[in-house]
Order: sequence, then C-alpha cells, then structure tokens
Amino acid sequence: MVKYKFSLKKFIYTFVIVLLIWYGFTTSFAPAELITGVIISLVIAYISVKNFNCCDPILLLPSHVLHFIKYFFVFLGALLKANLDVARRVLTPGLPINPGIVMFQTKLNNDFAKMVLANSITLTPGTLTIDIIKNKFYVHWIDVTTEDPEQVYKEIAEPFEKILLKIYN
Amino acid sequence: MDIIHEILKYIGLVFILIGSIFLFLGALGIYRMPDLYNRLQAGTKASTLGAMSVILGVGLLQPFWLIKLIIIIIFIGFANPLSSHALARASYRAGIKPCCDKEIDSYGKAVEKQLKKIQKKLKNLTD
Amino acid sequence: MDIIIYIALTFIALGSLLSFVRFVKGPTAADRAIALDTLSVIGIAGIVLLGYLFKRYIYIDLALVYAVLGFIGIIVIARFIEKAL
Repeated sequence: MVKYKFSLKKFIYTFVIVLLIWYGFTTSFAPAELITGVIISLVIAYISVKNFNCCDPILLLPSHVLHFIKYFFVFLGALLKANLDVARRVLTPGLPINPGIVMFQTKLNNDFAKMVLANSITLTPGTLTIDIIKNKFYVHWIDVTTEDPEQVYKEIAEPFEKILLKIYN
Repeated sequence: MDIIHEILKYIGLVFILIGSIFLFLGALGIYRMPDLYNRLQAGTKASTLGAMSVILGVGLLQPFWLIKLIIIIIFIGFANPLSSHALARASYRAGIKPCCDKEIDSYGKAVEKQLKKIQKKLKNLTD
Repeated sequence: MDIIIYIALTFIALGSLLSFVRFVKGPTAADRAIALDTLSVIGIAGIVLLGYLFKRYIYIDLALVYAVLGFIGIIVIARFIEKAL
C-alpha cells in the first residue's frame, strides 16, 4: 500500500471538514459530543492523510466560490436535461438508442478535479464515464454522433471543464 | 410566518411528487433497456435526481431536519455516480461487451494494453 | 395533503417492484448489482418519506446509514465482479 507524506496543511483541512460533518450529523453541542467529535476527527484525518491521495487545501478558497456557484448552476441544468432525456427515451416504445464507447482527452491534472468532471459527465444527458486512464476519459455514449476525440470533447465535456480549469490550473 | 410555511409546504409536495415520478422512470429504464451499460445510464441519472428531489421536498416540509437531509443529498450526489462508474468498469473488465448493431469501442484496446503491461510485470517478477 | 405523499409512495413501490423484477431476471451478476444499486437508492427515498409520514426523526439517521452501507456494498460487489467473473 502506498504511504503519502504527512503535511500539516492537508491534515488541518481534513480535520475541519470531518468535524463539520460530525456536527451536521449530531446537531447538538453537549460537551461529551464535542469531545468525541474532536477525537474521532483527529484519528480519521490522520489516517486519510497518510493513506489516501486526497484532501487538497485548494479545493475551497474564497476566490473560487463564485466559480463553484456557476458550476453548480451549469450542473443543475445539465442534470435536469439528462432526466428529461432519460424519461423521453424510456417512454418511447421503440427505445431510440445508438450506443458506443468514445474517448477524449482532458487538460486537468488534479485528481479531485478529474473525479468531479467524471461524476458530472455521468450525470449529464446520455453519457456514462467508464474509466479514466491517466488523462484519457472513456465514455459510454447512448447516442453516438461522432468518434473524433476533439468533437467528442466539445460535445460532452467543454462546459464543465472550462470552469474547472479556471479553478484548478 | 404562517404564509411562508404554507408556501414551503406546497413547494415541498411538488418536489416529492416529481422526485417519485423520476424514481419510477429510472426503475422502468432498468427494466426496459437492452444491455447493461444502457441500464446503468437510465438507472443512475433518474434515481439520483429522484432521490435528491424527494429528500429536499421532505426537508422543505420539515425545516428542522434540513441540515441532515442536505448531508444525505450531498452524499448521494457524490456516491451514486461513483458506484455506477465502478460497476461499469468492473463489468467491462469481466468481459461483458456493449450490445447492439453499431460497433464503436475505443476502450477495448486500452484495456488490452494495460493487461499486457501487467502481464509483463508479472513475468519480470517471476523470472 | 397526505394524499400526495401516498401517491408518491405508490410510485416508489412500483419502481422498487420493477427493479426487483430486473434483480430476479438479470442475465448476469452485474445486472443484478445494478438493480440492487437502484433498489437501495429508491429505498433511501422511501425511508425518508416514511419518516415524514410517521413524524419520526430517527428514520433520517436510518436513511443515512443505509446510504453509506449501500455505497460500500456496491463498491465491494464491483471489485468482486472485476476479479472473479
């Protein structure tokens, strides 16, 4: 198993997030709960910083909040469109599908950003991320119109990746 | 105060109704689609939005529960696409090919390449 | 007022029935896993709705635990399918 270097920045960041989730779960401020929450968050933060490649502190800087809000609305629109699309396909008697697996390349180099992009692609109309190998995304597309990576990138990923590139690069 | 409460109640009921319809459509997609990957497509999208919408609706009806319900919504939003991605990857590597007439598949070559690399490494290790 | 919630519960029940049919029928193990995944998400929504109907806060905790365990279970099944089929 890969061990990662311990960094205090990552540790504090993870600790704060885990603690916030704990208070969200318990929603009480009794002293016993507070102390238990702090101890458990310390242990979990230490283990995850040591063992996982996670928890970058650049995920939530104040200057990114605006981009995140914009991303959220773009994503919400795509999710709604995707669901109407699924509803249309499922309710049509002939099942109008034309599936295939296509590939495109991304310019992102942050792992967390890649995960966010993959999840967004899965939830947008007619596409499902199957695998990420280095910087190549393999996507199952329910209605293939083109196989050229550039075109595929323009059709599937561009609106999301533009915003993510502003945040992470 | 009472008027706001009433309005929130009606909005919440609309959210619950729409969400449950989408959950039903997702299950219908799981039942009707011809092969595994298309089933995943329909199932993941519709069930994610459906569950989020139902839970948000309950949160609007009961504002005191909202914090925990929002944590559930965020968790579903992250976990559901991840699990469908894991399932798609696993079933492709287990040898289940996508169906239907048109053969567009750029992923197969990449998987073969990776497997060859791993076999090479294993050979080096055994030698 | 409650009638809308009963209608929603009917849709949820029909949906879980359909995915259960796929769970029984599914030609491969992966199909069954997909049906199980959808079934568990539908179950979470159903539990939250029932919690509202019975006015019991504890159902929310139940839904949260079910969501986490369902996710871990699906990941484990996926790993198993990848190596063993």
